[in-house]
Formats: sequence, C-alpha cells, structure tokens
Amino acid sequence: MDSTSSTYLPTPSSTIAPEVDALFNFILLASFAIFVIVVAVTLYFSWRYRRKVAGDGLTYGVDHNIKLEILWTTIPTILILIVFVWGFKTYIKMNVVPGDAIEIKATGQKWFWTFDYKEGANLVNELVVPVNKPIKLLLSSQDVIHSLFVPAFRIKMDVLPNRYTITWFEATHTGEFDLFCTEFCGDGHSEMIGKVKVLPPDEYAIWLEKSSVLGEGLTLEEYGAELYKTKACYTCHSLDGSLIQGPSFKGRFGSELTMTDGTTVVSDENYLRESILNPRTKIAEGFKPIMPTFQGILKDRQIDALIAYIKAMNE
Amino acid sequence: MNLPNEAKINYLNYPKGLKSWLLTVDHKRIGVMYLAAITLFFAIGGLLALVIRTELFTPDNMFLTKKMYNQMFTLHGAIMIFLFIIPSIPAALGNFILPIQIGAKDVAFPRLNLASWYIYVFGSLFCLYSIWEGAVDTGWTFYTPYSSTTDTSVVSMMLGVFILGFSSIFTGLNFIVTVHKLRAPGMTWYKMPLMIWGLYATAIIQVLATPVLGITVVLLILERTLGMGIFDPAMGGDPVLFQHFFWFYSHPAVYIMILPGMGIISELIATFSHKKIFGYKAIAFSSLGIAFTSFLVWAHHMFTSGQSEFAAMIFSFLTFFVGIPSGIKVFNWVATMYKGSIDLKTPMLYAISFLILFSVGGLTGIFLGALSVDIHLHDTYFIVAHFHYTMMGGTVMALLGGLHYWWPKMFGRMYSEFWGRIACAFIFIGFNMTFFTQFILGTRGMPRRYATYMDQFQPLHGFSSIGSYVLGFGFLIMAIYLIHSLRNGKIASANPWGALTFEWETTSPPHPHNFEHEPKVTHGPYDFDTVLREREE
Repeated sequence: MDSTSSTYLPTPSSTIAPEVDALFNFILLASFAIFVIVVAVTLYFSWRYRRKVAGDGLTYGVDHNIKLEILWTTIPTILILIVFVWGFKTYIKMNVVPGDAIEIKATGQKWFWTFDYKEGANLVNELVVPVNKPIKLLLSSQDVIHSLFVPAFRIKMDVLPNRYTITWFEATHTGEFDLFCTEFCGDGHSEMIGKVKVLPPDEYAIWLEKSSVLGEGLTLEEYGAELYKTKACYTCHSLDGSLIQGPSFKGRFGSELTMTDGTTVVSDENYLRESILNPRTKIAEGFKPIMPTFQGILKDRQIDALIAYIKAMNE
Repeated sequence: MNLPNEAKINYLNYPKGLKSWLLTVDHKRIGVMYLAAITLFFAIGGLLALVIRTELFTPDNMFLTKKMYNQMFTLHGAIMIFLFIIPSIPAALGNFILPIQIGAKDVAFPRLNLASWYIYVFGSLFCLYSIWEGAVDTGWTFYTPYSSTTDTSVVSMMLGVFILGFSSIFTGLNFIVTVHKLRAPGMTWYKMPLMIWGLYATAIIQVLATPVLGITVVLLILERTLGMGIFDPAMGGDPVLFQHFFWFYSHPAVYIMILPGMGIISELIATFSHKKIFGYKAIAFSSLGIAFTSFLVWAHHMFTSGQSEFAAMIFSFLTFFVGIPSGIKVFNWVATMYKGSIDLKTPMLYAISFLILFSVGGLTGIFLGALSVDIHLHDTYFIVAHFHYTMMGGTVMALLGGLHYWWPKMFGRMYSEFWGRIACAFIFIGFNMTFFTQFILGTRGMPRRYATYMDQFQPLHGFSSIGSYVLGFGFLIMAIYLIHSLRNGKIASANPWGALTFEWETTSPPHPHNFEHEPKVTHGPYDFDTVLREREE
C-alpha cells in the first residue's frame, strides 16, 4: 500500500519517520559501498597474492603511501560529518513539540501502560489518537525504568520513576500500530506491549466523548468483563483457575484465604476493593506482593464493576 | 636457579607437579591457567546462549519461564563480558606472549601476576555463587532501580564484579610497567610488535576505567544492603546516575575487549602475508587514540534516557571520532596484504573473518551514532547484532586466530590444519546466520531482552537459532581437534610460520626462562622484505 515501505524498516507512519528512514538509507548505502570495497579488495588480494610455492615468501616492503592514507582518512571523515549533522537535525525535530499538540499522560508500570486524557478517558495498553494531529506524550513510571517504543513512528523515550520525559509524534496513517517496552523491567517485560490506534478525526471525537463516560449502557458485570481486558487484569489473573502471577478469579469470591502472616480473611467485597487499591497490605499465601496499586487509575464505578465480574466467576 | 642444560626442558614440564603450577610465577604458566579458565567460562556462556536461542525458536515460552529466561540472558552476558572476554586476550594470550615478544624473562611483577589469577578465580566464584543463590535477572548492565529492587542475588554478583576488577587492574599495571622497563636491548618503542601496542593501550584503559566500575558496584551494594539512597528514587536517588557511572567504565571496557584483538590481527596479517605492515605508526597511534577517545563517548548508550539534547549532540559527535581510527586500522591491514605472499592458514582465515565481520560491526555503529536513527534502533535486536559483530566477530575471531597462531608455541604441537579450516568455515557461516538476521529483526522493531515475542518475528528468530547451532558445531569441532593435538599433533618447530618477532626465536614450547640467551633486536618486527632475503642468501 505504501511505496516507501521496505523489507527492513516498518512502514513509516509518522511525519518524522520518512526523515529517519532517509538517513538510515543513506548510511546503509554508504556503508554498503565501503563494505563491498573492503571485502572485495581483501578477497582479491587473498587470491591474487596467495603463496603459490611453499616457502616462497619473498615480498617487497610497501609500508606507506601518503596520498592513499590521506584519502582513506578524509573520505570517511567527511561522510561521518554529514551523518552527524543530518542525524542531529532530525533529532532536534523529534525533540521540539509543536505548540498545538494534544497532550496525553502516559504511565508505565510493571507491566502495563496507562494513558490518561484530559477529557477523563483512561486506557490501559491502548493509546487512541487522531490522524494528522501532533500528539505529545508526557511520560513517567510508577516503579522501575521503562521505555516507550513505537517502531512505525520511529519514536522511543525512556520512562523514568523520578522525573517526566516527553516525546511526540504525528501519525500519518490510520490503523493499529505496536507499542513496546524497550527497557528491561522484569518478568513481564516482553508482555508490556500495547497498541496505538490511529482514528480519523471525526471517529476520534466520537470515541473520546464515549470513553470519557464510564461503561454507559452496560451492566456492571459486562463493564467488569470489559475492564478485565482493557485494564490488562488478564496478564496476572486467569478466569479458569490456572495460576499466572496472581490468583485466578475463578471461585475466588467468598472463599476463606490464609494470608502470609498466618491470619485468615474472607474474600468479600471489601477485601477485593482493598486488594485493588492497596494490593500489598494483605498478601494471600503462595503469592508475592507484586501487584501495583490501581489507586487513581480506577474510578469507583470501575471497581464496582470489577467486583461484580469477579463475583460472577463463581457461577 | 640453575636449570639442567637439556633441550627437552620447557616451561610445561619443568618443574613438575600440581603444586608447581598453582604456585608458579612464570607468566607462561599463568597465561595457560587463564586460558583454561576463560575456556571453561566461554563454554558455560556459550551453552547458555544455545539455551536462549532454542527458547527463542518459538514466540511463546517453550521450556523456560520468563524469569528463567531473564536469568539466562543476564548470566550469558555477565559471564561472557566479565569472566570471558575482558580477561581473554590480555590475561591469557597477552600474559604468555607479551614478555616473550619484548624479549623479557617475565612480567615486571610476577607474584602480582599470580595474585591476579587467584583474584580472578575468587571473583568468578562469587559470580557462580550468585547463580546458585538466585541468579541475577537484571541484564549484564544492572540498571537501577530494577537492580536495587529485584529479589535475585544482585549483591553477590556485584561483589564478584568488584573483585574481578582488581584482577584486571593488576594485569594492566603489570603490563604497563613491563613494557616500559623490561624491553630487550635495542627494542625501541617503534620496534615493538603491534600486539604490544594493543596490549599497552588496553592496559591504560584497564587501570584508569576499572576503578569507576568498582565504585559503582560498591554504591549499588550499599544501596541494597544499607538502604543508602543513591540510585533508587524511592530512597531519593537518581537511577540515570547509575547509567552514567556504569557506561563511564563499560564503554572504555569495549575497547579493553577489542584493542588487544586488533594487536593480534596486526601480527597475523603481517606474518601470513610475509609482508612489512602498512602504516605501522598509524596503527600504533590509533590504538592510543582509541584508548583516549573511548573515555569521552559513554553517554551514546543513553540517547533515549532523557539526557539533554546538547549532551546528546556532543556525545554523538565524539562517537563518530572514535570510529575513524578503527577504520584506518582496517584499511592498513588490507593494504598490508597488497603484493604479499599470502598463506591462507587457519589463523589467516580468522584474520580475514575479522576484517569482514569487524567491518560490519564498525559500519553498523554509524547507524547507532546518528542521533535520529539511534532513537529507532536503541534497545532493539540491532544493538544485539551490532555488539556481537564487534565483540564476537571482532574480538573472538582475533582470539581464535591468535590461539591457533600461538598454539604451537604454547604447547609444542601443531593442530590439524584441515579441521582448523573446516571449523573456521562453520563458525563464520553460523555466526552470520545467527547475527545478521538480528540486524533485520531490530530494524523491524523487535526489542531486545524479550522472553516472548510477536508471531511476525518468528521466521527470523527461527533462522537465527539454526545459525547458532551451526556456530556451536564449529566450536565443538575446534574443541576436539585442539584437545587431540595436545598429545597427537605433529611436533612444532620453533618457527612454523616464518614470523619475525621474538617469541619465534625460542624453542616451542619455550624454555622456563623464555630464552637460553638474551635476545637482541637485529631487525624490526615486520621486516619481512629484508630479513627473508638475507636468510635465503
């Protein structure tokens, strides 16, 4: 569909991507030429000057050639200066956010992404943006260092726990694009994957309005089922009784649980609510205190919906 | 000590007994002991790599849990870097060759030399203990605050790295003093073999950079054990500070790994071309130039870390200038082959492999030095491929070339030339299958350190895994014929390659004191044009 797509780079889908690719291809071409010359000459010499008779190894010393040495120092120097300036110019563009950019807060934590919109919508592992509009991402982490990477947009920025970092992009194609974590962050690192969904402006406007209202038109249980997926509960909690990182939702509600400190707790609504908001205060035996807090991420209605959903798993 | 005046006495058989080895101060024996140790760790690290590649054959977890996978790649990296590649050429081959090549009886501080071997063994025991105690899962870079908070045994690994650092510093110190004070009469600086220039430049980095790593790991240990907030923001620290400290050592360390390999390549190409080396001074000074510049480029590992654009610009600029001397070296080596008399023996095949693979490694570095392109490629498989091309395609190829080159000198036996060439072919092809694929994976956006991956990357990952088996098979062949040659190889003459440096003037294997008579410099290390003619007349 796109004439600029190639076998090695993902289809460029942001305003900056073609600029990055142009330099990539320039370096590829230049280094391929240098490589071919070096290898061809090496192999040619190996064949042309191979020792034909054992023991006959007399040679004449050719140990310098000023012209040649100046040539092979200056040509690469000029080439790398071009690459340096070119790379820096695009890099500056990648770092100067246009004034009219839509700001979205992106948060990384073990092991999912949260995206918060000014209008109130919030999403897990899914970033929805309009096409042809600059988007500014304000990044921070709740725990260790992560890094947000969208190959199709050629953007990457580390996500730090002690300060904000910023990156921006302007998508040029609608569609879905992979979003990866590229700074090693532990067991779930390779599943800290999200999607960027690029919509036409009108669809985006409709989506934004709808998503800023919480689970309208759904029963609590249905909304809970949706949240189970969109908030990525499934990465740690199964529905079929199997163990991933945390307990399965199946049959969990109402059961009597032994905690790591030896006390017992009945898994009722209040326990579930506490486990979502302050997950590390009471840890059931056999599990580690690894669940992040959802305080500030989930609204009351969403917590209610999740509890309703967990209850439904007993049936 | 008076030695029995017999031709059969050599450093391997005199004196006899395990104790004489364990308490030896002979640099040749210490070199062989290092060689045994690094071979063991290379085998462990290599097997871990095969386990990793096998797991990556399919997108989902096959037989390792995610945590186990993370521990495997961390151990592979940590073992290969700290226990294998850093001591490989300097401490194993360098220990054996450096004093003989400059015509000395031993290094300047023989006891310190033995101590550094024991410190190395002691440090590596700490690293191995950490596997047993709960293998580290941080990656060999130990980035904070992950490493401040993970429940694996970071502290014992850090202690191991701290101790290993001293071994490296002592070796470097020893080499610097040896080169300055113990050269044979007539061996001026410009008559030194280029191997010595490489080792000398390496030693400078070892002495100046390693203490920074030591300080960094001690700070991390203090943070983990005493709760001092240095890197962990939860305790008021700054995690990016760790990255600056870490790369301030670990970037120069890259040149600790490659510079001695470049020294070996100079020896191999000159000797097997029977040719005076092209641009002796350019090669010698580019080693020192690389050593100096290597201290000024560390933050190019951190272009996405949120550092200022100004810093990124400076570090990108300087990074390109560390590339120029390496490029000049490659051109000089190729030019050396011009009008030579090239003998394609196994060591020369490794030297040519080095030229090809190191060129790929160097040229792909340009992609990473360019700021805008690096943003896309950083922390993807492109990086993995790039550093394997420089470290394995560069240093390991040089190490293998050097090992075959000096094998007859070290053990007095010839290896099988036929099997040597076969193994080299397997290693060259397997290496390219494994790692060239990873350039494409990275360019397409496959992040590194992923225990599982998306289905679209499977064909390339599968091909890479098959390549790793070809590579492993090459090493298996090599292990068999090298071990076989120790007892059954043809007896080596003093100078099987017709080389001109000092180590080939003594017997194979050398006398315990290296030379029966003090050697004298009568010609330059690469004066093949004049010396061979004189000998023929």
